Amino acid sequence: MTTAQLIANDPGWLITVKGLLVFIVCVLLTLMSVWGERRIVARMQERPGPNRVGPFGLIQALADGVKLALKEDLIPAAADKIVFVIAPIIAATACFMSFAVIPVTGPVTLFGHKTVMQLTDIPVGVLYVLAIASVGVYGIVLAGWSSGSTYPLLGGLRSSAQVISYEVAMGLSLVAVFIYSGSMSTSDIVGAQNKWWNVVVLFPSFVIYVISMVGETNRAPFDLAEAEGELVGGFHTEYSSLKFALFFLAEYVNIIAVSALATTLFLGGYHALPGLGFTEAWLGGWFTIVWFFLKVNFFFFIFMWLRGSLPRLRYDQFMKFGWKVLIPASLLWIMIVASLRVIQQNGASRTVALAFALGIVIIVMAISSVFEKSKKEARKPLPEGEAPNFPLPQLPGVSSFNASTKAHTSGGTNE
Amino acid sequence: MHQQRLTLQEAPMSNSLEPKKSGAAKDINDVSYVEVEQPGPASLGKQSLGFWVTFKTMFKKNLSVQYPDVKAPTEERFHGRHQLNRHPDGLEKCIGCELCAWAFPADAIYVEGGNNTPGNQVSPGERHGAVYQINYLRCIFCGLCVEACPTRALTMTNEYELADDSREKLIFEKEDLLAPLRAGMVMPPHPMYPDMDENNYYRGEVKSADPSQGPIFDGTTAGEAK
Repeated sequence: MTTAQLIANDPGWLITVKGLLVFIVCVLLTLMSVWGERRIVARMQERPGPNRVGPFGLIQALADGVKLALKEDLIPAAADKIVFVIAPIIAATACFMSFAVIPVTGPVTLFGHKTVMQLTDIPVGVLYVLAIASVGVYGIVLAGWSSGSTYPLLGGLRSSAQVISYEVAMGLSLVAVFIYSGSMSTSDIVGAQNKWWNVVVLFPSFVIYVISMVGETNRAPFDLAEAEGELVGGFHTEYSSLKFALFFLAEYVNIIAVSALATTLFLGGYHALPGLGFTEAWLGGWFTIVWFFLKVNFFFFIFMWLRGSLPRLRYDQFMKFGWKVLIPASLLWIMIVASLRVIQQNGASRTVALAFALGIVIIVMAISSVFEKSKKEARKPLPEGEAPNFPLPQLPGVSSFNASTKAHTSGGTNE
Repeated sequence: MHQQRLTLQEAPMSNSLEPKKSGAAKDINDVSYVEVEQPGPASLGKQSLGFWVTFKTMFKKNLSVQYPDVKAPTEERFHGRHQLNRHPDGLEKCIGCELCAWAFPADAIYVEGGNNTPGNQVSPGERHGAVYQINYLRCIFCGLCVEACPTRALTMTNEYELADDSREKLIFEKEDLLAPLRAGMVMPPHPMYPDMDENNYYRGEVKSADPSQGPIFDGTTAGEAK
């Protein structure tokens, strides 16, 4: 039986249990990852991090959550009240929904029923995740707009622009996965990776996905929507108490969701590490859950590592990077993958395919070397006696000075 | 390497504030130039070394002191709370001269002197400090008062936990500041050491209390000032 058939046989109560599990696991993971983030980033800065509430400070996130929930819930006078309340609900709901199609284990037995730990398996599962992620943007943009305040509006616009542009790159990076595994269903994609993980076969896609998933979740170094120095708190500046907690929850569940998707699409999902395939049968198949969450935690660590290492990007650089580097690169990569796939399917020999791949590599290298050369040319110092070609601020004692003024020649003309 | 010309003018700064004359543009010939070499961005490989730095740091020993649980000792000469010292026989060193109050620039110390009478000899000599207050909201722990004290009555301890929740509690009275009575001392007021006057005290010639001065404290009860 395929995964889809297994899930279709689920009785109603099992679906309810699974839905509840998704919620519980996501909330628990959020609490743990808030703690984990603070500890890891602290270690990277030679601090211990939270270590007072509970053993190793494990309950710190829970304590903070309780404190947050007990705070006064303010709605600004200028806010659009209905939208202001709905926005965090949209954000929090959307992030949980994307978890529904993630296969967490292989076939297992739960309460005497043979099933897989996956809420539902639709043939366009990955597209569903992308669609839900887009719905989540509404939460952000509506929160920014309904606050009736300048900073949240700017923050909301920034993050919606950011999420939308990086979703394009993300979607394109997934196309290669679809082409390669011949399906858009998450369980089929995992099934197609039982020999080679997609991270090996489609490494450029993986790199593009990882970069765009950081952009998509508004995390450092792409957290310009919440740039404290510029925008106070971004779209959630005016939020307090439980509504703020919902945004907080949404952010972390989003991180977990994109990490889980990355695990599913590129790291072989619940499959064991290469060479440890025998562990997949342990505990009646339940051991695969360990592999899955190990991989998710690996991505989570990468998030923390990026946050601990990189400074925030400037907004224009960020947009330039998304539209002018990531999207063209993934388009080119899709073309290569598609051509290789067609060559293979038309029964061409392996040599032809290899020659094609090699040819493309050589072409790319040639183009990039020419590009580098022209870049070097552009960087050459100005010839003697020429002023820099950009306007300069007014200098003391100089009435006018602009790019056309050949100022530093000793016999220069006055203007 | 990207070279860029930056212009610096060596015109005196005072000129820049004066209104510009019409002929100011002539100065343009006097502009001198500094060539600044600007290194381009480092290679991607070099930049990614930064990730190794943060990763390595994770395994370093962290330097935080778990303060309320672990109290790291201060430096020996750390300026902490003040203390009013005693002579070896228990008499107070403070003579109520107010030099400490005068030394401090922001009026944190308030002293009222009192006369030593035969029945009420608190310190050697004629005078003692009857009221002694230090306002720790004003004190900046500069130590000028310690330098000013002629009898070495006022010194500073290493105690630094001085936070409290009201202004009143942070005005320390004489009882809060006095050094504890140690074993071998006699609780003042009591007469000076037999056959000694204040000059002997100041020269350090009084080494201990005499039984004739009063009951000698044996140090068994916790050191109380009064």
